[in-house]
Amino acid sequence: MRYHSPTSFDEAVGIAAKAQGVTRFLAGGTDVLVQMRAGAVLPDDLIDVKKIPGVRDITRTPDGGWKIGVAVSGAELGAHEELCRDWPGVVEGMELVGSTQVQGRATLTGNLCNGSPAADSVPGLVAAGATVTVTGANGTREVAVQDIPSRPGKTSLAQGEVISAINLPPRGENAGDAYLRFIPRTEMDIAVVGCAVSLRVDGHKIVEARVALGAVAPTVLLVSDAADALIGSTLDDAALEALATAARAACKPIDDKRGTVEFRVDVAGVLARRAARIAYDRAKGVSK
Amino acid sequence: MSKIHVTTTVNGDEVEFLTDPRETLLDCLRDHLDLTGSKEGCGTGDCGACSVTVDGTLVSSCLMLGVEAEGKKIETIEGMAGKDGELHPLQRKFIEHAALQCGFCTPGFLVASKALLEKNPDPTETEVRYWLAGNLCRCTGYDKIVRAVMDAAAEMRGAA
Repeated sequence: MRYHSPTSFDEAVGIAAKAQGVTRFLAGGTDVLVQMRAGAVLPDDLIDVKKIPGVRDITRTPDGGWKIGVAVSGAELGAHEELCRDWPGVVEGMELVGSTQVQGRATLTGNLCNGSPAADSVPGLVAAGATVTVTGANGTREVAVQDIPSRPGKTSLAQGEVISAINLPPRGENAGDAYLRFIPRTEMDIAVVGCAVSLRVDGHKIVEARVALGAVAPTVLLVSDAADALIGSTLDDAALEALATAARAACKPIDDKRGTVEFRVDVAGVLARRAARIAYDRAKGVSK
Repeated sequence: MSKIHVTTTVNGDEVEFLTDPRETLLDCLRDHLDLTGSKEGCGTGDCGACSVTVDGTLVSSCLMLGVEAEGKKIETIEGMAGKDGELHPLQRKFIEHAALQCGFCTPGFLVASKALLEKNPDPTETEVRYWLAGNLCRCTGYDKIVRAVMDAAAEMRGAA
């Protein structure tokens, strides 16, 4: 295995383009090193992106959004007060990934590129309307987060492409987001179902909403019917019921040791309702 | 396979070693630097027995490559007691409370607990339990460990 530590994304992409065998990018390493140890992935070229300037930075963009470097750890994300105020749902999703030790290294970009349908940080990003900047041999392109995972363990990135930043839109006024997951214990487990809701209110009325579900399909789902159930409502019981019904209808889960199809579908509706309540309270400034 | 030369700081001392790029930081600590206090329980970041801090951040040394240690400041269990051998309050409290049986997980628990108390000198029991959720112990049932950490925190705050 050849270890590379390029100092620019162009250099990283150049190394990847020339590589003949198995190539992996290394950020936090909390998935890549486990795969290497298990023998599931034995890279010929390992490209460490952490020497590239700016990859540990969280920056406010001129339009009021955020640019998050690809090597920002969960611990660093959680310690950033302004970002936590703007996007608490995005941050709480990432903070559910692994232990304190894993939080010291694991990244949003790695969680996304690992391609797990149950990735805890991904529904929050999708509900937020986040994009990623993808750098390849022919320059960069902007891609919606939900278009990155293509099937379990796989992404839509082409050979020689790498994510070079995560971009969150401006949060704006009267808005909130939240992420909840179901696991059979209180910590250190993989989501059986995850749900993120991001919304904006005008007075008591919801005027914008996005709902994303994890672990109930081969890839993360952006559920527009569920968002439509919220928009125009004051989060009354009828809207919550319509939200739950739409969330359940979108689920295409598998049966496995973590949960049955029936259970996952049911819980998706429950979590959608609860996450919507938290996001609504946050938007109205009545809770953290 | 060509080896890579790494210079890093471990417990305040500058050290150098040659590493195959596939070796983890844990491999390098144990096999190249003879610092065998950090243990390998699982090798996949689940058990916390290999906990160390890198530039002050708690990490699993089995989930980091040795080559990534270049230029970093690493603290391991070997650096926890004073130079004269005086035990850290956490180490003393682990003994007082019998917060260990076989001892395999103990270095990881101590390093992780020290990192907690540096960040939060007055944690609640719930905060201790969540912080240490990534450290597994198959002997004690955790209760004595949590009590030892709470007691050490109180002593270090001067509240005991």
